[in-house]
Amino acid sequence: MSLESKIPAGPLEQKWQKHKDNLKPVSPANKRKFKILIVGTGLAGGSAAATLGELGFDVEVFTYHDSARRAHSVAAQGGINAAKNYQNDGDSVWRLFIDTIKGGDYRSREANTYRLAELSSNIIDQATAQGVPFAREYGGYLDNRSFGGALVSRTFYARGQTGQQLLLGVYSALSRQVGAGSVKIHTHKDMLDLVVIDGTARGIVVRDLVNGKIETFIGDAVILATGGYANVFFLSTNALHSNATAIWRAHKKGAYFANPCFTQIHPTCIPASGDHQSKLTLMSESLRNDGRMWVPKNPDEKRPPEQIPNEDRDYFLERMYPSYGNLSPRDIASRAVKRMCDEGKGVGKSRQAVYLDFTDALGRLGKTVIADRYGNLFDMYDRIVDENPYNGPMMIYPAPHYTMGGLWVDYNLMSNIPGLFVLGEANFSDHGANRLGASALMQGLADGYFVIPYTINSYLVKGKPAAIPLDHPEIKKAENDVQNRINKLLSINGNETPTGLHRKLGKIMWDNVGMGRNEQGLKNAINQIQAIRDEFWHNLKVVGNDSYMNPVIEKALRVADFMELGELIARDALERDESCGAHFREEHQTPEGEALRDDEHFAHVAAWEYNQDKEPIRHKEELNFEFVEFATRSYK
Amino acid sequence: MKVKLHVWRQKDKSTPGHLVDYDVDGIEPDMSFLEMLDILNESLILKGEDPVAFEYDCREGICGCCSLTVNGIPHGHQKGTTICQLFMRKFSDGEDITIEPFRAKSFPVIRDLIVDRSAFDRIIQAGGFITVGTGMAQDANSILIPKKIADLAMDAAQCIGCGACVAACPNSSAMLFLSAKSSQLNLLPQGKPEKLKRARAMIAQMEKEGFGSCSNHYECEAVCPKEISVQFIAKFNRDYLAASIKEGA
Repeated sequence: MSLESKIPAGPLEQKWQKHKDNLKPVSPANKRKFKILIVGTGLAGGSAAATLGELGFDVEVFTYHDSARRAHSVAAQGGINAAKNYQNDGDSVWRLFIDTIKGGDYRSREANTYRLAELSSNIIDQATAQGVPFAREYGGYLDNRSFGGALVSRTFYARGQTGQQLLLGVYSALSRQVGAGSVKIHTHKDMLDLVVIDGTARGIVVRDLVNGKIETFIGDAVILATGGYANVFFLSTNALHSNATAIWRAHKKGAYFANPCFTQIHPTCIPASGDHQSKLTLMSESLRNDGRMWVPKNPDEKRPPEQIPNEDRDYFLERMYPSYGNLSPRDIASRAVKRMCDEGKGVGKSRQAVYLDFTDALGRLGKTVIADRYGNLFDMYDRIVDENPYNGPMMIYPAPHYTMGGLWVDYNLMSNIPGLFVLGEANFSDHGANRLGASALMQGLADGYFVIPYTINSYLVKGKPAAIPLDHPEIKKAENDVQNRINKLLSINGNETPTGLHRKLGKIMWDNVGMGRNEQGLKNAINQIQAIRDEFWHNLKVVGNDSYMNPVIEKALRVADFMELGELIARDALERDESCGAHFREEHQTPEGEALRDDEHFAHVAAWEYNQDKEPIRHKEELNFEFVEFATRSYK
Repeated sequence: MKVKLHVWRQKDKSTPGHLVDYDVDGIEPDMSFLEMLDILNESLILKGEDPVAFEYDCREGICGCCSLTVNGIPHGHQKGTTICQLFMRKFSDGEDITIEPFRAKSFPVIRDLIVDRSAFDRIIQAGGFITVGTGMAQDANSILIPKKIADLAMDAAQCIGCGACVAACPNSSAMLFLSAKSSQLNLLPQGKPEKLKRARAMIAQMEKEGFGSCSNHYECEAVCPKEISVQFIAKFNRDYLAASIKEGA
């Protein structure tokens, strides 16, 4: 199967408009005849459901949560980018586009990234109209702040809860449609398989988490907006239920998985305090507007941070990257932190942390201003660490946070399986090898509000697919597969819990497929993952049965899929024999330790095809840069 | 550290529940309350017993999944904090801790400590929104909102929809939840056209769901993990009163 990106021809600035003009809408009278199944109610899935419902499609949306408002988009803190140029600082669609392409280290599609930048302004307008209380200046105008990888101030925010407020905007639009009867919402439903009939996506198999019942829903198109897979590392900033099962099951039904090794490690998270740790908490990138990162120059430094004078401190980001300084992109900043700790300059009990210091900003702006900007984050830090960040610096360390990789999609956001669309973090399309801060919210909402309502027509225009009976053999087979998988999990009766095995997998991933990767480590990781997967299927302990709300089964099903995905991530990292963005192969670095790309051999998307019990097949989609020239990424 | 837990166990909606005692040992003060429950659950699974079902997700105080009443207080004793952000250093070694679900007629127990809060969704579906379709919006800066108003709207908008307010109220009233959402929207110019209609629709659904009325106990404000003020209830009552007078508006 060839990978056709379906990027429209013509000048970059005109591609999207021309494409929209060429897409024939479904007539208003026929829209309600098309049933669209959407999995996920975060920014991407929720906004798609609300918008498609408004347009008149027959929409059913599924979430494993008890309410659409719990999706993990809720946890995004710092902000959302938009090229409004309200600050008169030289921002434009082009600049946001270039920043995103460069931030992604030239491993994303020009046309997709440009479209994202183009739509960014509409999102702010839409959210404001819904009543999202973005921060304002005294005159009543919208306020902005800066995020990493940009020299302009284009990030809109609602205190440290921007994701929550945008999600509640989406949730209110979705709720309006549910109230109006145009969208039906199914809560506590976990998608466990995709139904593919005659090569097209026709339905999903879900399990009711309250009563264990397995059920199939049939539709004319399926949209997955199920988020990222950073929880493959066990410890990440993701919510604990965030998982890869929906996209992994679609992958096993034929959808290509693109660039799985592009996993983002966020530089500023609260370090783990012990082996009991169940998750890591992010401290928003927005803190780097006013916080300065440093370590003591002397590895044997014993003084508490407040007593270390400036001349004995190494503000390493400001030293290494004078022009971007503390607002260097995430991949760059994370590696710098790791380097400091590897050189023995780490601080804290574990020596795996650096300082993030607000003393200067507190002196310059005062406590009130700082509290207004970051109050909830400072309080959260205090609650978790039991140290007040108004009195001394925070201690932070990188942690897995976001996954740029995901299911392969074309310009219409359709996967290689006709009728299967993938939105938001679940797809791979816009961020290349590294995502800039405040761009995930932007992408989720652009995909759901402004892209899919148009591009779904590219598929639906072919006409309504044939009706499918619920006893179709493919449906029975998918349901049986799900039931057999659960029965198998229940029958092992070993000695390790799903969480225990997940923790072991996470350690392998973090140690070998984390911030620094090399050939030997990746080969070892693949062997170790195979061994732990074997252990999973022979030594897993699951209790009870599947006829009631059983969180152990729910967890085991997700860990089983992480065990397979982890290997694909390592394999992709091994095959991508270059460093780019967040993918850092230690063999490929400059003398200063910067990532060394190989544009001649790797300026492509690696799209993996599932191949049953054999090794997966790596396909390539070449990235053609028509409008941007390759450049070495420099933030110095 | 070790603690003695008394945990509410209930098989499902229709089976009566009861408290079960568990001793949990090997607790670090830096563990969160939910990580302490993780230890209990891992040990129960290894013994072949069903773990205690409780709801959680983000574990950083924003998703609103948490629904535990600890020693009689929804979300436990630390002010302005969800239970997932309460750390074991705030308990003493050997302490007796009772864990129950959020209790309210409108929040039936699904299993153990998990309750059904879908009533909240239905209240929002009834009118907790601004009627605006995708693509209709004008430039965001064409709506000027004084910082003070935007900040106040944000104070209300912080609600995480956990339902602690209902669980703490002797009347099981949902007025803090309703007033937070409606105040956010009613304060902003974008939300004003539907102000009265919204108040009426949300109250009507609230009554249908069986929530009680507010009689000014202020227990809701005391337990709200986002410290949302009861002043929003007063504001909402004014809107509702106006809506009752101006029928049809």
